[in-house]
Amino acid sequence: MHGYANPARFLKVARPLTAWFGWGGALLIAVGMIAGLFLTPPDYLQGESVRIMYVHVPAAWLGMGGWTGIAIASLMQLVWRHPLSGVAARAIAVPGALFTALCLITGSIWGRPTWGTWWEWDGRMTSMLVLLFLYFGYVALANASEEKGSVSRVTAIFGLVGAINIPIINRSVVWWNSLHQGPSITLKGSTIDSSILWPLGLTTLGFSLLFGAIVLMRMRASLAEIRVEARLKRMAEA
Amino acid sequence: MNHWPFIVAAYALTIAGTLGVTGWAWASMRRAERLADQLRRDR
Repeated sequence: MHGYANPARFLKVARPLTAWFGWGGALLIAVGMIAGLFLTPPDYLQGESVRIMYVHVPAAWLGMGGWTGIAIASLMQLVWRHPLSGVAARAIAVPGALFTALCLITGSIWGRPTWGTWWEWDGRMTSMLVLLFLYFGYVALANASEEKGSVSRVTAIFGLVGAINIPIINRSVVWWNSLHQGPSITLKGSTIDSSILWPLGLTTLGFSLLFGAIVLMRMRASLAEIRVEARLKRMAEA
Repeated sequence: MNHWPFIVAAYALTIAGTLGVTGWAWASMRRAERLADQLRRDR
């Protein structure tokens, strides 16, 4: 990982990966959405509303995965002082917040025809809302950092401590009596019928790749801004 | 209850949000890299 501490080496890999992740992700999302909307049968219990799962689950995965990425990058910044870790964490925050918000909104839209309510203050939904507020706090702290393109130590500590919420979200449907259904996909298998499940793999992988492309683009923008600032400073001093 | 308006709303918001953040990231990257390249050439 320290091999990519050099921004020039990182950019050599990031440039082609941005396009591959972006176009590959977009293709998988398109195929998965078309399949989820028109090719799979309705669920025997939920009916047609089950199709919302193909966008809701990837959004939840990326909201939680995004903060996990922030926590790992924060740890790398605090322990190993990796020069790109702050840039990466900062790049993850905004798309992570967006997908967390999309998870809450699409879940609410799904809840109305399925549960008969837009919102319920149960463990899963409340802990996911807390995650959204954590993202807002992280973005505000990162923007207040003096480190151009990176984040301060306080922001990195916040990113690390906020990760406590991730296992709480994951286990919330087991720990508390929740309106939200229990875990449908575990390491042991899935309770969802395969005729409905398969497009979910496509959209989850597709959104994950696109998320990777967005993070790479934001990292490249930050690194270019750092280069511009450094050059302007040198020009002013000359 | 007809579920399709809910499905369309969920997909539309997801697509709009995803396209929005992707476009914003792409435009920011292009602008910053173009300026960095221009400054390097002008050196």
